[in-house]
Amino acid sequence: MKRLSLIALILVASSLNADAGDWRQFRGNLGNSVAEGENLPTELSGGNIAWKVELSGRGVSSPIAVKGQILLTASSGYAQDRLHVMSFDAATGELQWDRQFEATGRTGCHEKMCVATPTPASDGERVFAFYSSNDLICTDMAGNLQWYRGLGSEYPNASNSLGMSSSLIIIGTTVVAQVESDAEAFAIGVDAETGETKWKIDRPRKANWTSPTILPATDSSPALALLQSSKGLAGVDPETGTVVWEFSDGASTIPSSSVIDGTIFIPSNGLTTVKPAADGKSLEQVWNSSNLSPSTPSPVALNGLTFTVNSAGALSAGSIETGERVWQLRLKGPFSGTPVVSNGHLFFFNENGLAFVVKPSADKGEIVSELDLGETILCSPAASNNALFIRSDGHLWKFSEQF
Amino acid sequence: MKIVAVALIAAFLTVCVQADQIDILKSVGDFSKGTAEARKASEALVNGGAKNLLPVLKAFQDSSLLASNWLRGTFESIADAEIKSGRSLPKDELVAFVKTTTESPAARRLAYEWLLKRSPQLEDELIPTMLLDPSPEFRRDAVQRLLNAAEVAEGNDATAAYRKALKGAVHEDHVKKIAKALRDAGDEINIQKHFGFLAEWKIIGPFDNKDMKGFPVAYEPEKNIDLTAEYDGQLEKVKWQALSTEDDYGTVDIGKQLENYKGSLMYATTTYNSSRDQSVEMRLGTPNAWKLWVNGELKFEREEYHRGTRMDQYKVPVTLKAGPNTILIKVCQNEQDQPWAQDYQFQLRVCDSTGSAVLPSDKSAKRENATGVNR
Repeated sequence: MKRLSLIALILVASSLNADAGDWRQFRGNLGNSVAEGENLPTELSGGNIAWKVELSGRGVSSPIAVKGQILLTASSGYAQDRLHVMSFDAATGELQWDRQFEATGRTGCHEKMCVATPTPASDGERVFAFYSSNDLICTDMAGNLQWYRGLGSEYPNASNSLGMSSSLIIIGTTVVAQVESDAEAFAIGVDAETGETKWKIDRPRKANWTSPTILPATDSSPALALLQSSKGLAGVDPETGTVVWEFSDGASTIPSSSVIDGTIFIPSNGLTTVKPAADGKSLEQVWNSSNLSPSTPSPVALNGLTFTVNSAGALSAGSIETGERVWQLRLKGPFSGTPVVSNGHLFFFNENGLAFVVKPSADKGEIVSELDLGETILCSPAASNNALFIRSDGHLWKFSEQF
Repeated sequence: MKIVAVALIAAFLTVCVQADQIDILKSVGDFSKGTAEARKASEALVNGGAKNLLPVLKAFQDSSLLASNWLRGTFESIADAEIKSGRSLPKDELVAFVKTTTESPAARRLAYEWLLKRSPQLEDELIPTMLLDPSPEFRRDAVQRLLNAAEVAEGNDATAAYRKALKGAVHEDHVKKIAKALRDAGDEINIQKHFGFLAEWKIIGPFDNKDMKGFPVAYEPEKNIDLTAEYDGQLEKVKWQALSTEDDYGTVDIGKQLENYKGSLMYATTTYNSSRDQSVEMRLGTPNAWKLWVNGELKFEREEYHRGTRMDQYKVPVTLKAGPNTILIKVCQNEQDQPWAQDYQFQLRVCDSTGSAVLPSDKSAKRENATGVNR
């Protein structure tokens, strides 16, 4: 039994070790928006644009980066029922391939969202694309279809007439998806290689736009999938779907939790932090702060501070140790995307296409550069090989220092 | 002679293997059924190259949507590899396939889009003939061309272009635009009829849905439709009453036409006369929880409140029998008090898979006018 646990632990741990420079899923490899080891351009200007390519269709999903490829999803057509999975050369922006499929589930969305709102994920060998229609598509890195799950067809009531937005995570060999709506709600763990269901668990029947995130493995506990809902947060074994622990104080249904250095930042009653107990089977609350309530962007952390943005576009910095708010900085909102955290800076893009690079210190935040992209930006940026990637409906940009 | 025979046998075996692989793709099912075999079959077809393009397209016919996606992925992998290798796609065969309206609309559109990558001029050749095509995407392109022409034309020329466009229009945005132009020009446009909305209903209620507990409750009208019956309702005795709508998009607005009974539910029924046994889509739009029965059989139910509504929000496949068909819908209102959560309404239409109206037989005599133009 111990041997099996050790093997499982190694498998899970290795899956989280993406190639250097990869940004394999929503908000990065660990789902906390931290771009470790990256040196992103902090003086954003038109001169930083390495390339800008046109996109077809619509998309709110974020780009991901895998071994020199930028993977992106979009939807097109009058009914937005054409689902695109696209690959671009990270160096040149050249479109390498664009595979299109027809949605098997409902494609109606609020106009601010679109069918390609969830961000795809990759395990380095395959791309997993997910859509508001609950189509879950796996291709290899060359775009060849590997498996296709029409979760909208299999579970036709699990949809939200405003649209679904939850992105995928991969832990070990399991692709985890949250499919939660008023009419039907579940989470599912799908075998990355075969597309077969490993587990499926019922979830609170309530519309939910949050994404799962990862609690990395420790010496004593395997990695867990963290599933957030209006009820709270559940730590779930990605191999079996077993709920290991639950945080039951309620949580937001829009911004998602983040895990930084073992602490879980939950958008709950403002912002609440918890840590798993030593046995990994229960939680200990660290603090709660009503002054750090996030709006749509998820909480992030850097150098002893945690950051949230409210609906008015005010950036709040709070102590990671105590939750005390220590300063605020007025940005121009509103924001939908979560900032990337890298080389001592926060990289924001607001809904109007304004980019802000913020350098936070212990007692203040400073905007070090701004750039107007002139297009609606609703996604979260991706970081890879010292470059920043962002998309609108119409374009995909790469920013780097070399240009 | 021997060589010819061997070549013929080899070709025959190749075709057989190809057909087997395509059959494997066509047999995939929900819950990942047949995926491992499909992956291998797709890979083999891709490796087989351009000779498999047409057979893969032809296999779309009668395939499930899931299987079509396997065929689509296989076609695109083959076509992409051919183009990247500097080879041409079999243009003449693909154009002929696109023109064959008995083939799958989705497959024809796929072939067309790949043809356009190298031969964009084909759009001018093919689209103008597709106003009444079985593919809604082709129709949309044909209608758009007419709208573009109408916008730069004047007077009778513009009106004629709009009238022609309306014949093929199956999408709400196009019909809205055309109807406005034609109404401005003095035409009477019946949008209800154009889309096939059902406007004449009998309705009964309210029944209790406090705390949203009425959704699973089978009140008498869903056990037996007796239009002469009287029941205990939520507030008093209730009877069936006639309720019709003149809304262009067939919206039956319970909240405005009757009353926005909070925490209630209503039943509405109508009879649809079908000229024959046929498969249709019933397309419903409502922000309320609902259930739909046709001829006593529950077709779908959905318990979602106030997450938005739109035309064709739900597409329910239904098989109609020749003669009268009874449609029953249960519409539920909750007790949310936000201003955006007050709608209590539904719209329902009967159409084919392109979105073209399938009118009841008592209206089919006027089918030539189903485009809604009266002038």
